[in-house]
Amino acid sequence: MKNRIAALLLGTALTLAAGSLAFAQDKTVKIGSLSDQSGLYADLGGPGSTLAAQMAVEDSGLVAKGWKIDVISGDHQNKPDVGVAIAKQWFDVDKVDIIVDVPNSGVALAVNNVVKEKNGVYVNSGAATSDLTNAQCSPNTIHWTYDTYMLAHTTGQALVKAGGDTWFFLTADYAFGAALERDTTAVILANGGKVVGGVKHPLNTSDFSSFLLQAQSSKAKIIGLANAGGDTTNSIKQAAEFGIVKGGQKLAALLLFLTDVKAIGLETAQGLNFTETFYWDMNDDTRDFSKKFAARMKNGAPPTMVQAGVYSGVRHYLKALEALGGNPHDGLKVVDKMKSMPTDDPLFGKGEIQPNGRVLHSAYLFEVKKPSESKAPWDLYKLVGTVPGNQAFTPLDKSTCALLKK
Amino acid sequence: MQALYAQLLVGLINGSFYALLSLGLAVIFGMLNIINFAHGALYMMGAFCAYFLLNLLNIGYWPALILAPIIVGIFGMILERTMLQWLSGLDHLYGLLLTFGMALIIQGIFQNYFGSSGLPYAIPDELKGGMNLGFMFLPIYRGWVVVFSLIVCLATWYLIERTRLGANLRAATENPTLVRAFGINVPRMITLTYGLGVGLAALAGVLSAPINQVRPLMGADLIIVVFAVVVIGGMGSIMGSIITGFALGVIEGLTKYFYPEASNTVVFVLMVLVLLVKPTGLTGRAN
Repeated sequence: MKNRIAALLLGTALTLAAGSLAFAQDKTVKIGSLSDQSGLYADLGGPGSTLAAQMAVEDSGLVAKGWKIDVISGDHQNKPDVGVAIAKQWFDVDKVDIIVDVPNSGVALAVNNVVKEKNGVYVNSGAATSDLTNAQCSPNTIHWTYDTYMLAHTTGQALVKAGGDTWFFLTADYAFGAALERDTTAVILANGGKVVGGVKHPLNTSDFSSFLLQAQSSKAKIIGLANAGGDTTNSIKQAAEFGIVKGGQKLAALLLFLTDVKAIGLETAQGLNFTETFYWDMNDDTRDFSKKFAARMKNGAPPTMVQAGVYSGVRHYLKALEALGGNPHDGLKVVDKMKSMPTDDPLFGKGEIQPNGRVLHSAYLFEVKKPSESKAPWDLYKLVGTVPGNQAFTPLDKSTCALLKK
Repeated sequence: MQALYAQLLVGLINGSFYALLSLGLAVIFGMLNIINFAHGALYMMGAFCAYFLLNLLNIGYWPALILAPIIVGIFGMILERTMLQWLSGLDHLYGLLLTFGMALIIQGIFQNYFGSSGLPYAIPDELKGGMNLGFMFLPIYRGWVVVFSLIVCLATWYLIERTRLGANLRAATENPTLVRAFGINVPRMITLTYGLGVGLAALAGVLSAPINQVRPLMGADLIIVVFAVVVIGGMGSIMGSIITGFALGVIEGLTKYFYPEASNTVVFVLMVLVLLVKPTGLTGRAN
């Protein structure tokens, strides 16, 4: 009898222990990399972002400590409805904890709402709109890498101050283009310049000659390209063809990625000024990572800043989980933990996350090298200036995020 | 008013690509009764072919203008021999599905190796620069594209509508058995015709390489518009597709000026209107 009671007690104790163990130290994580996998933004995010997330998991060392971490990927095709459907399925059926990347501001804002509703974690690296940490900020969202405010206050401001006081915009006709034009216009007006006109073009346009002719006849000193990816490369290439730069007008590539510069070619792109927060050839850490990354990419390309941001974001997310001792599967809790820790990783260095979800790290002004200066296939930029994170991004007192009013 | 002239000219340039591509489609549809959805992928292959010739074999633009259409044309003929020929006599839907699948596979393979943002291809030295026309700055290369594609279009039309070879070909589509009875090898003729249509697509690809990026999806983005051009012009009508190609380029150019937001839908609005009023297309005949 005594033995039976003892056995029963032991069994109960074991069950309880096992139960609480599972509760406090659930070490399973599922990361969803949601991106444009085959369209005009696929090279700056896409499969490379999934790889970056995968490498962050490997470098975190958590798998060796008994964690089970999966990375899955999805193709939002630059359609907000498709992005929302995938995000919902990931949270409801696949039990995804965190969504990363998500280029295309239209899709990014739509997914933002889903993550908040499902209490997941959202580390956006691919989208540009500064609305993610302003009017549409969310307690579940952290915005890595860059945003339209930063682009406007670095590239835009530098050009206005250098005498480019009249602007004509070529704007991609969706949330991103509108946000970038709005933020840049604010900078132009604040610095005494003016906007003389603009054209809104459909996303993924191959021929820009009509729009460029309009920009040419506007006589504006600066033609601001508020577009991205393939749209920007086509604009720049065709502007050269129509003799726009030779005619004395200057192009402002407000958002330009490594893969874009490569696609345009140095011959046409040389001398362009633009801003990024990451370049593979900055220091030994970035070179080392980029080498490993490129070796695993089908086309041998080093990471863009978006892909580097995915790596950096996932690393920080996993650090927060490790600090929590397990995965609570509670987005708010994890994001709060992430915000309370300073960011530090080999690619972006030290930084911090503001209460509105904005990550602060340095922004770099680059110039595209001349063909004679380039020594390797991806040796494309030279550094011309550095802007500290707290000057590059929206100051907290100017942020319209509702989270700050608490 | 000056701006308007410039837009008209720019429209004409885009129109020449539409014309070249829709011409190839019209030839293939008219002679083989195949709705060739792989046309965009073959156009893309033409551009890539020029890129490879330049970067691997150091063969420049001018030879590529002849070599790329031949190489891609031969590839097309292999496709026709190995796959498409088994579909003759079946419903159009089968050809459409097969070619659509081929397009996805070809594009997928290129995308796997070259990504989506594309590769640069420089304008040949002879055609660099531009001239000031008073109302606009015309890049010489674009002027060349309009003139050259117009010549190619008219030559193709002449070949099919005015020569004995063309007459045989048209007869073979009407009644293959009877034409065979005259000792003409009809299957070979059909293969060559498919090769010709594909070659035209590849030629357009080479022409567009210096203007647009050499991208795996360059054809996928264009092919839908080109299909609309063919539908508006009248399925299978050679002259109809040439004229519609140029005309739609101009209309699209004007839309980019007056209401840019609608520039990528205007072609489809026109297609709907034309189908409502004249379901056979502008130059098509009901049969």
